[in-house]
This record gives sequence, structure tokens and C-alpha cells, in this order.
Amino acid sequence: MKVAILGLGSVGRGVVSMLAKKDLGIVVTGIADSRGGVMDPAGLDLQAVLEQKAKTGFCGDPSIRGEDIVKNGDYDVLVEVTPTDIRTGEPALTSIRTALSRRKHVVTSNKGPLALHYTELMHLAAENSVQLRYEATVCGAIPIIQTLQHGLAGNEVRAVYGILNGTCNYILTRMADEGLTYDQALAEAREMGYAEADPTFDVKGIDTALKLVILANTIWKNGITLRDVDCTGIDLLTAEALTLAGSQNCTIRLIGEVIPGRKLLRVSPRILPKKHPLVVRDTLNAVTVVTDMAGAITQVGKGAGSVETASAVIGDLLFIRDCHVKGD
Amino acid sequence: MKIEVKDAPGQLVAALKPISEAGGNIIAVIHEWDPTLRSKTRIVQVVLDIPEDRVDGLVESLTSRGVSILRMGEERLLMKRSVIMIGHLMHTDLSDTVDQIDCTGFAEVVEIHMTMPGIAQRSSALLTVSATNAAHMETAMEILRAVAKKKDLLLVEPMEESI
Repeated sequence: MKVAILGLGSVGRGVVSMLAKKDLGIVVTGIADSRGGVMDPAGLDLQAVLEQKAKTGFCGDPSIRGEDIVKNGDYDVLVEVTPTDIRTGEPALTSIRTALSRRKHVVTSNKGPLALHYTELMHLAAENSVQLRYEATVCGAIPIIQTLQHGLAGNEVRAVYGILNGTCNYILTRMADEGLTYDQALAEAREMGYAEADPTFDVKGIDTALKLVILANTIWKNGITLRDVDCTGIDLLTAEALTLAGSQNCTIRLIGEVIPGRKLLRVSPRILPKKHPLVVRDTLNAVTVVTDMAGAITQVGKGAGSVETASAVIGDLLFIRDCHVKGD
Repeated sequence: MKIEVKDAPGQLVAALKPISEAGGNIIAVIHEWDPTLRSKTRIVQVVLDIPEDRVDGLVESLTSRGVSILRMGEERLLMKRSVIMIGHLMHTDLSDTVDQIDCTGFAEVVEIHMTMPGIAQRSSALLTVSATNAAHMETAMEILRAVAKKKDLLLVEPMEESI
């Protein structure tokens, strides 16, 4: 199976290095970042591409652009792992549309296009008889989309709720453990590389809300968008609030929840007993799915990280290879 | 609760069985003998501890077995929920916030723990609200949400036990 990869940031490098290391029978015919690209229909030397990227910051020839690879490249699956833009979804949105229209499967880690245009993109994929898979958009290494689409197939999903943002979870863990103020914990999260220079996206709950939108659309295909989410972040929490919760043997976590029966789509800091299955530490994610037949299922795992997110991307790739490309 | 059971062997045990089946913990059983009744029934007072959301099921189960429930005690459905409020709690009239719950008649604030780190800084308080049943508790929470919105306070609610 031939694959083209757009984006060579943390996730892209994770995917490329794992594909280089593991013999999965996947041939990478094109790779591009924002500054250039490399193409070879016979297959690229992945280790060489990674070395060049590490040494020069470029992944290849500046005259080869990502869009050239998307439009003209020889591939079965486009792996789209560029940074997300939640306002427009671009340039990923155009790349995904183009690939799907060319009857190419797409695997993406990009939340923007999925949260903004879920219904349109899934229709486009169906029209062209190809797969659009996006496991890496929600909860990193946790196979939550696969679980919802296949593992729990036939179940009625009554609710999904969980900790979907590792940065917020790290900040809250540190505030509860060490009595740090919000600002101190945020500064520490930045030092550790968990929080961006502008942490708004994470701490205001927007990242969690985007993931909720994707989860809700995955299950109910109801075309909801970010505007439908009632969203409160963690930036106004105080160290004293964590202490007060602690006095009740509880703690505070940022919870995203979708409960269709109550038309509820909410991100908010919540009080949970310390022994609650969702109370995970540091940057871990945890998500509970409540269904009619299987009851409640909670999955815990790493929500981010280069190789962890690559795990989700590669899982999607192999799913496509096994179920949709083999024997074509 | 006070229940009426047939005065026949095995009836009391049969009446108590649904309580344990519903996950209730029987704390005391007081067998009342009222000679004036002269009926073929006995009045039994049962003190039990049962999760609030299972009470309706228990009532149904008892009724379907022919047990009459004469009275449910005052402690029935008395539930508590603690929330945390963050913001300028005193400057936005904390007693008014509390009053809005208390004046409902079905819910009240029974406990407040508050920390005020500095005059200009936001304070944090743990408020425990008591209500007569789940619907009333939800109404009390709605009042708190509205007050928090109006007064620009952050309300942190507990994760619900069951969905």
C-alpha cells in the first residue's frame, strides 16, 4: 500500500520513524512539510528524510509542495498530519477534499476539518468509496473512534464523557498535589513542553470541545459544531478550590460530556471523587462510553505524544490496508 | 418507612426481602402491635438506608407484593450535593446567593467552607446544598447556575453518579 504524508511535525515524525522501524508493508511515496517535499513512486528512504529534516529543518525540495503531492502523487492513502486551524480548517481541509475526490483514502490527526465539516467530508468519502479515518484526532493513543465505530457496534451509546486534554489534566494534577496556583502550574506545564506559549486553546476548553464535536458526530452523525458546545475552561480555578475539593476526598478535572438524551454537550471543570475511574494523573486522558448492552467502558491512555499519536495513525492505516485496499 | 403486612408466618421476611434486593441496608425493624386494629395485618416500622435513585423501584416492588406503605419518613429522599463557587463571593452578596436556594422551601444551603486569600482576590467556597429529592436538587442547581452567571462566578459541579 502506498502512502503520502503531509506534515512532518511531531506527529508526522512519529509516523515516519515508526514506519521506518516496523516492517508493515507500507511504501511511502511522498512526504511534505510547509517548506517543501520529496516524492518517489518507488518508495522513499524514510531514515534519510528524517535525518535531513533533523539536520536542515527541511524535509526536501522547496519546489515540491504538499499540494503537488496531494494532487499528483502516486498513493493509496493520504496521511494528513499538519497543524490544525479551528477557524477554517485550512490548508488541511483542501488537501483532504482533494485526496478524497481523487478516490484516495485519508487518515488525519487534524481536528479542525473534522470538527468544522464532518458531515460534508464523510459524504465526500462515501461518494468516492474511500475511507476517511481520524483516530488520532481524539485522545491520542486511545482507540476511542475504533471502539465506538466497531468495538461497540450495535450498542446504543447513551453518553460519552471524559478527560480529553492532557495539558489541563497536568495543570489540575499539579494544583491538587502541590497546592500550586493556576499560573504556577501553567508555567510548569509550559516548561515541561505540555502547554503552548498561548495556552488558550487548551485551558479555555476549546480543544476538549473540538474533540467532543468529533465524538458526537462519530456516534450520532448529527452535524453538530463547536457552537453547540457549552464550554467552560480551567483558567479561573483557584488553588483553594482544589483544596476544598480535597477536603471532601474529591478533586477537580476538566470533563467533556455528550449526553444526547438530555441534549447536553458540555465542557466544564467538575468535582469527582479521587477514586473515580476518570481521575487520571498528569497528561493522561480517560474516556467513558456508556451504552445499553455493554454498560460503561472506560479507556485510559496517553492523549498526545509523537509515537503515541503515530499509534493511532498507523492503526487507521492498517485498518484501511486490511479492510479496503488489500485485494483491490 | 411504615408498612403494613399480613399477620401470617413469613410475611415480614417477604416484605423485607425487596429492600435488600434493591440494595437497601436495613438499620432497624420495629414491630408495632396495635390491639385496637384487630385486623389481620401488622404495622411494621422499618429504618433503612438506600440510595435515593432506588427508592421508587423499592416502592413499586413492595406494592406489587401486596405490602402497603403507610408513610415514608421525613428523611426520605433527603439528598446532599456539594458544589464549589469561585469569584468575588462576598462582593456579590453571598447571603443573597444562599437565600435564593433557601427560599425555595425544598432546598437549602446547609454548609459553607470558604477561603478568601485577599481582598482583591477571588474567593472559593464549598457549598453543600440539601434538597428533598433529585428533581428539587436539580432545580436548586439551576438556580445556582443562574446566580453564578449573573454574578460572574465560576460554579464547579460534581460529576453525576449515574447516567
